[in-house]
Amino acid sequence: MGMTITEKIIAAHAGRDSVSPGDLVSVKVDLALANDITAPGSILEFNKVGVDSVFDRDKVVIVPDHFTPNRDIKSAEQAKMVREFAYEHELTNYFEIGRMGVEHALLPELGLVLPGDLAIGADSHTCTYGGLGAFSTGMGSTDLAAAWATGETWLKVPTNLKFNIEGKLGPWVSGKDIILYIIGKIGVDGALYKSMEFTGGTFRGLSMDSRFSVCNMAIEAGGKNGIIAADAETRAYVAERSSRPYTVYESDEDAEYEEVFEFSASDIELQIAFPHLPSNTRGLSEAGDVVIDQVVIGSCTNGRLEDLRTAAEILKGRQVDSRTRLIVIPATQAIYKQAMNEGLFEVFIDAGAAVSTPTCGPCLGGHMGVLAAGERALATTNRNFVGRMGHKDSEVYLAGPAVAAATAVVGKIAGPDSL
Amino acid sequence: MEISGKAHKFGRDIDTDIIIPAPYLTTFDPDELAAHCMEPLAPDFNERVEAGDIIVADENFGCGSSREHAPVAIKGTGISAVVAKSFARIFFRNAINTGLPILESPEAVDAINAGDQVKIDTTAGVITNVTTGKVFKVAPFPEFLAGVVEAGGLIEYTKRKVAG
Repeated sequence: MGMTITEKIIAAHAGRDSVSPGDLVSVKVDLALANDITAPGSILEFNKVGVDSVFDRDKVVIVPDHFTPNRDIKSAEQAKMVREFAYEHELTNYFEIGRMGVEHALLPELGLVLPGDLAIGADSHTCTYGGLGAFSTGMGSTDLAAAWATGETWLKVPTNLKFNIEGKLGPWVSGKDIILYIIGKIGVDGALYKSMEFTGGTFRGLSMDSRFSVCNMAIEAGGKNGIIAADAETRAYVAERSSRPYTVYESDEDAEYEEVFEFSASDIELQIAFPHLPSNTRGLSEAGDVVIDQVVIGSCTNGRLEDLRTAAEILKGRQVDSRTRLIVIPATQAIYKQAMNEGLFEVFIDAGAAVSTPTCGPCLGGHMGVLAAGERALATTNRNFVGRMGHKDSEVYLAGPAVAAATAVVGKIAGPDSL
Repeated sequence: MEISGKAHKFGRDIDTDIIIPAPYLTTFDPDELAAHCMEPLAPDFNERVEAGDIIVADENFGCGSSREHAPVAIKGTGISAVVAKSFARIFFRNAINTGLPILESPEAVDAINAGDQVKIDTTAGVITNVTTGKVFKVAPFPEFLAGVVEAGGLIEYTKRKVAG
């Protein structure tokens, strides 16, 4: 019986020739990540295990990105605890303010995750690295603590879903629209405990930034991981970032899938997920008149260079609506600098937008754009649960960067073609 | 383990931002977290729960973020177990790792009303609706997971492992 990429990566890290869905295996991890809100829990638990040091100071990664630069004294205390742990264990990959970025944009950018790797993180969007052809999945603080101590974790080998998409995407349609479209079709638990493998010509033509967006939101369908086989595009991306050897895995022809979904790229229009679930999607043509108070462009889903370029292309020479606020948050320092050098900031600032230092901030109602009761935001982020960005009576609409930028100009949900 | 308490019913897709909203993730203290548990849906949840009570919910309980604060907050309110039609996978791991008993039983969920008195034998995998007398059997955890639970959670299990 053939294996999928996911099964091959898990088998390789379990020291086995093969694995099958349902197998419980212990695997070696190539990277074990936590952030400023999950690492404190990991540290508390790690200190109970009774080991002196982490399993590998190069592979334990901490990125303080959620409530940083700190929003209050309690978040500063957490960041301090995390910082002191990083110093004590001489972690190579601890990223301080000024060098950090939103974790799932930062790690691929620095070449810390490569094709064929097995990465875990105490953050649900750790599944982002599937865009590189790696197996990666989110866990909790205690799971990470155990992995920091032993270099291993346990996994149940998931069953597989295949999403095959062929054809050329329409203008402005990006990875975000693809994944929202898929979640709209299968629901927020449509891939519960399962692997989501994305195949077909449409993905082969997709930029790395868009591939990360797609895999980032696998968790919003309940998925264990999302994965796109590495190709020439991936190799080129990785070559600029790392000299570490890696393995490219591909699914066998006779690999087993619980279900195969076939979609056509031409059917995917710009998507918006209405409150309060990522699966509550509508095509832009069915969005209707929705007045928006605040637009956020950023996050581990859509704070990358491609997203900022798209937004700037639409905002150039235009103004953000007088009753709408636009907050742009480049996901990493490198993206920030590149965007600045390309003149994107001038476009944003001339349009009347605020440009922030990298942070997860408003995505989870932390800071830098929290909503009041009755307010509506449209964001390029990943969740629109009740109260996600602030008051429980606020609303979040999810979309890609093109809709976000056009919406900021119109003050109502809109696409670039309506400008 | 024997658990007994009254049922608090919830619908499907109860996400981690409902269980414990992100702004409160600046502590791992169970009492502090419990004060805000379920706040967007039921601001008085912590006051309504009596020690031993049980959450009974529909599909996909605990979807969303990886925050382990979620099972910690639930335990902090005095809730002793969650019975759901299904659990989101990270929440499932976190519940086991933090020692919050979770049981998957669509039949039991449909047959338990808010306020019903419920008894659970986690070892035998039996849920009893004491109010109606109906009894439900739950599939046991796989052996490995049962071992983690039996050791008292993942950290105890890991301690034994590193001690050889």
